[in-house]
Amino acid sequence: MPPAPPLLLTVLRHPEQAGALTPADWDLLLRQAGSANLMAALHALLQARGLLATIPAAAREQLDWAGVLGERHRQAVRWEVRRIRLALRDLGIPIILLKGAAYTLAGLPPAQGRLFSDIDILVAESDLDQVEAALMLAGWASTHHDAYDQRYYREWMHELPPMQHMRRESLIDVHHAILPRTAALQPDPRLLRAAAVALPGEAGLLTFAPADMVLHSATHLFHDGELNNGLRDLADIHGLLLHFGGQPGFWDQLAQRAVQLHLQRPLFYALRYCQRLLATPVPAGASAACDSGRPGAALLALMDALFARALLPDHPSCQDAFTPAARFLLYLRANWLRMPPLLLARHLFHKAFLSPREAAPA
Amino acid sequence: MLNVGSLARAELAAQLAGAGIRLRTGAFTTCLHSAIPSLAEGIALLYADYPLLAADDFADFHLQLVRPLNARRWIKPQVKLLYDRRSIFKPLPLDQAFPMFEWGLNWCVSSRANRYLIVHAAVVEKGGRALILPAPPGSGKSTLCAALVGRGGWRLLSDELTLLRLDDGLLHPLPRPVSLKNASIEIIARYVPQAVMSRPVTDTVKGTVAHMRAPAASIARSGETARPAWVVFPRYEAGAATALEPLAPAHAFMQLAQNCFNYSLLGAHGFTALGGLVERSLSYNFRYSLLDEALDAFDRLPPPPL
Repeated sequence: MPPAPPLLLTVLRHPEQAGALTPADWDLLLRQAGSANLMAALHALLQARGLLATIPAAAREQLDWAGVLGERHRQAVRWEVRRIRLALRDLGIPIILLKGAAYTLAGLPPAQGRLFSDIDILVAESDLDQVEAALMLAGWASTHHDAYDQRYYREWMHELPPMQHMRRESLIDVHHAILPRTAALQPDPRLLRAAAVALPGEAGLLTFAPADMVLHSATHLFHDGELNNGLRDLADIHGLLLHFGGQPGFWDQLAQRAVQLHLQRPLFYALRYCQRLLATPVPAGASAACDSGRPGAALLALMDALFARALLPDHPSCQDAFTPAARFLLYLRANWLRMPPLLLARHLFHKAFLSPREAAPA
Repeated sequence: MLNVGSLARAELAAQLAGAGIRLRTGAFTTCLHSAIPSLAEGIALLYADYPLLAADDFADFHLQLVRPLNARRWIKPQVKLLYDRRSIFKPLPLDQAFPMFEWGLNWCVSSRANRYLIVHAAVVEKGGRALILPAPPGSGKSTLCAALVGRGGWRLLSDELTLLRLDDGLLHPLPRPVSLKNASIEIIARYVPQAVMSRPVTDTVKGTVAHMRAPAASIARSGETARPAWVVFPRYEAGAATALEPLAPAHAFMQLAQNCFNYSLLGAHGFTALGGLVERSLSYNFRYSLLDEALDAFDRLPPPPL
């Protein structure tokens, strides 16, 4: 049996129950939220529901501290995005913001209290060179100097090696696709770019269309090996589905788009675990339409057992004896999905035995 | 409410090693858990007057000090500080367990309590008016602070963390042991003979460190806020004559901002709060070599304009 649902999940599903918690409950809840990186998000949720006044002062104080951090983070992201837009303005090409930066600039629910360390953008593969050059001129530099790492990113990955600003130390990831070149799934970036929507008031900046945004978030989460922020990422999808779910035609579009981009499997998992962990409302018709990504019964039982553990906060109160194994198996699976086995073996061999020696001073 | 001092030493050590204790310091509660004897010794000596909360009460910070399970355990034993089971600093020699707890608790407050503008400064109060002593390490801030509260009749608000609440512009007390370094330890031991001091710990990153117990009266009044009145930047210079020079508000503002932990994080709120503080206070540069003269100079500070 997977561990009992953490208090954090109960409150995310039913925020109105927050008023009934004891001081000891709050103590545990805030530690779970802290280790899931969801403290500021919890503050935003309780604030939006007008529930902050119902909770004990000491707990409210902690949530307020996180709220200040969240507010400052949103400010910093908007400022940093303006610097990026300025650096790339003369190229005259569309810049698509991904994930956290997109939620923040578009004012979408997952931006409330979401903390992240880098800004992700997507451009056409043919524009990569000039984007990299323009960013370098504006003060960003590549962080991976090792020749092997450079080749790893440029030949096999879906992004340039991460770039860091020399003075501000902010990070930017420049993507040309949403999955590595080596992954089995290859959603066509041209389709994603063609459907992208302009950000009102932000000339030259775009985000993915609503359905694509959900699919990207789902693909990212269910192809990622390190699920330390798994619950936060699942909460992002939950927030997007709540926000876009009421728009006419959204659910049909989501199912069709998943087929077009070959992303039925990640969408299936996203809807399944959103419903199971966060009680996300999904219309019955949409559930059925998105069922084409359902794996076989045995595989699904295994994935349920793994994700039911690995998607919980990384806190001792949310773990059982199998949690470390579940996280490790999902880490292996993610690498497997991102690279063919032989290439993966070669890459891991290089990382284990050759890279450290190259990194040592000559 | 139960105090740390009301527990027998063995009982305190057992609770620390068992479920941990919930220690109330100013506005914050820390759940502290450790089986290290020197830490229990430091807590018993310096935190005797602080309230203990019940095991099912809410705690702001969860700190644990443990001995890492490595081979060094037998040769050079170490201590590791965990924040809710995550390691936050590099391990230190086991003997430094108590100073590590003090630094860890400072880190908890200064990196999280964003309702306050947090200045790295000592702060003391007399007659409802607070004196802020910001300073980079080595300026003699803690020595002055220990002398002011030990002998000058000032109330201790904090030796390290000046908490300026953003909504009301008042200073919120966090009285905790005063940290003394190197020569200061001997100076204060002589200047404040009744001071209760912890055993000096040698070879820390700050040299030799000892802590002076906060006056019981300051701890009892840790719920009372104070109004900022003076900002004094002290500098100890051997043999220097006592000199108090007025400082232009703009300079005081910049120097205070440089000594803040979260000034840039708070953005406009931090700017407004710090501006208000400087406006309502008188600011000085202060040079001294004799504690008697320093205390006398602080007693003669003119009241700030209303």
